[in-house]
Amino acid sequence: MRGVALLDKRRRGFLFNPPHASPLRHAQPTKDHPLQRRVTFDNRLLPYLLLAPQVAVTLVFFIWPAAQAIWQSVHLQDAFGIRSEFVWFENFTHVLSDPNYLDTLKVTIVFSVAVTVLAMGVALLLAVLADSKIKGARAYKTLLIWPYALAPAVAAVLWMFIFNPDIGSFGRALRALGYDWDYRLNGGQALVMVIMAASWKQVSYNFIFFLAGLQAIPRSVMEAASIDGAGPVRRFWTITFPLLSPTTFFLLVVDMVYAFFETFGTIHALTQGGPGKATETLIFRVYQDGVVNNDLGGSSAQSVILMVIVIALTAVQFRFVERKVHYA
Amino acid sequence: MATVEIRNVRKSYGPVEAIKGIDIAIQDGEFLVLLGPSGCGKSTLLRMVAGLEGITGGEIAIGGRVVNHLDPKDRDIAMVFQNYALYPHMTVFDNMAYGLKIRGIPKAEIRARVDRAAEILELGRFLDRRPSQLSGGQRQRVAMGRAIVREPAAFLFDEPLSNLDAKLRTQMRVEIKRLQDRLGITSLYVTHDQVEAMTLADRILVMNHGVAEQIGTPLEVYQRPASLFVAGFIGSPPMNVLDGRIDDRGGAVLLPGGQSLPLPQPRPTEAGRPVKLGIRPEHLAVADAGFVIEVELVEALGADTVVYGRLPGGEALLVRMAGLPSCRSGDRLTVSPPADALHLFDAVTGRRLEG
Ligand SMILES: Nc1ncnc2c1ncn2[C@@H]1O[C@H](COP(=O)(O)OP(=O)(O)O)[C@@H](O)[C@H]1O
Ligand SMILES: [Mg+2]
Repeated sequence: MRGVALLDKRRRGFLFNPPHASPLRHAQPTKDHPLQRRVTFDNRLLPYLLLAPQVAVTLVFFIWPAAQAIWQSVHLQDAFGIRSEFVWFENFTHVLSDPNYLDTLKVTIVFSVAVTVLAMGVALLLAVLADSKIKGARAYKTLLIWPYALAPAVAAVLWMFIFNPDIGSFGRALRALGYDWDYRLNGGQALVMVIMAASWKQVSYNFIFFLAGLQAIPRSVMEAASIDGAGPVRRFWTITFPLLSPTTFFLLVVDMVYAFFETFGTIHALTQGGPGKATETLIFRVYQDGVVNNDLGGSSAQSVILMVIVIALTAVQFRFVERKVHYA
Repeated sequence: MATVEIRNVRKSYGPVEAIKGIDIAIQDGEFLVLLGPSGCGKSTLLRMVAGLEGITGGEIAIGGRVVNHLDPKDRDIAMVFQNYALYPHMTVFDNMAYGLKIRGIPKAEIRARVDRAAEILELGRFLDRRPSQLSGGQRQRVAMGRAIVREPAAFLFDEPLSNLDAKLRTQMRVEIKRLQDRLGITSLYVTHDQVEAMTLADRILVMNHGVAEQIGTPLEVYQRPASLFVAGFIGSPPMNVLDGRIDDRGGAVLLPGGQSLPLPQPRPTEAGRPVKLGIRPEHLAVADAGFVIEVELVEALGADTVVYGRLPGGEALLVRMAGLPSCRSGDRLTVSPPADALHLFDAVTGRRLEG
């Protein structure tokens, strides 16, 4: 309330400034647009100046590297980076016909689907609990939001301290129980661990959105359903879940993008893609091939493929958010 | 079809007691209106009957069965909410059919029941629409439809008309009355609107601060208000209340202005007692002798006229007269009530002095 009032006051103050003091003025109604009362700019340059930082950031940090990646993906560079040769789509055919790359793709799909399902499932469960009348719900909500504020590498170190077979508390406990736990040697175990670490990070984010979605459902609608005879489980699946679908879909795309692109730090800190290539995802391989193996062309081709994937995901999201998932 | 009995029911929220012991037995098929100002506990009482709110003390029985510990779904009731509480992602048909599907009623019968309700409520054309594609009045009907297809033991309404505009409200009020007459289902109806209460109710329970001030038919509540609170809450404009004292012989009320109004029945045992005297504005009429008021404001409502007057002692006095105004502000007017239109209340407790 207070924030809104402040904002309102500020805005009013701004509009009420005398015209010469403000770069903005209200357009007078004109013959062509008798009812036009939009805010217009006296200074033709000002809007461009205001936009400039945003445009600059986009250019320097997105368009420029993207263009470079595309340029490099159709060139072959010698080992010293001195000469490069235009090779059409050779890098792409090379990448896509490499059985190792297809293995990485498989790992990525398993990893991404698992992270998305796990992060969303756990977050939804926690949000439903937090939304019901439990004691200490506030403290519990705050605790759940913390992991999001943690840098991936720090989070990964925490996980290592838990799961390391020699020094990790849980890792040692597993070994003490006679289970042969060593993610440094066992690829399956390593994959499970990075999936858990990556999901854990994303649970907080999903939780906030799910909780907000749940709290937007009027209480009386749930009460009407319980009077209509629906128990808690049926209420969840026939009322809550459908009403959450816009949130669920939004998070589905966000989590997929996260699992594909933003888990590099986690994997790098925990397993470096190993053992073997058991936890090497597409994004990790881009780094591996480009920075470690110095294959700039191949790495760039992979980047371009990833870029196409993320553009496709985003497009799907926009189309659905605009149409299908709307009910109200 | 069922009776609803509320026996000494209480509700506390922490240290705050919202319902302080209410007793009423609602007959099978009766239309009971819970009337009272905002915050008096009407919704709380209704929600306890529905099972949406725990019962701190006392007992509620529906159809002779104590339901204190039953879930809402096992109480065989249907409820219409103030904001309608429709399922936004379902069509009108599915909204109405939801409760029936859960209860495992065969598809053909669901279809038949929903179609019948849709016909009664003139919703037939909208069965495939979502609530967001309906007007407020139509949503209200869907909420009603969802309740009637269930054929429950009792209907519960929580201010179902207060989100509608005045004209639609009047129209729906008539429709609800007609519907209830036709279906004959026991109904509890919460409202703060006295007109709704007077027109819909078989009996009204007037609530104030979590207690029942009076339970009675609309006419009883109007003609013999049990307390100053009821007297002031029912009737528009509200009843005039003047300070007074019963004279030493117990035969008249003395007012500070010096007037003396004879009582229809003498009250010798209460001689000298201070009282509050209530007179409804519509019972005051121009006369040769009586209260002399100075007219401050005249409201012409068309069918009748409300005169805001002031007594010589400074007390306000409202008069409602049939027809168009016959006086102007600044005029002096002499008005008087018939002897049987006087209401006497205890000056301290505010309870009605019977007789
Ligand atoms: N969940 C609650 N917690 C605490 N106090 C409540 C709660 N619900 C209602 N009350 C209080 O109980 C009283 C009655 O409320 P309510 O039944 O909603 O009134 P009405 O429907 O007559 O307007 C109010 O004083 C309200 O503040
Ligand atoms: Mg209420």
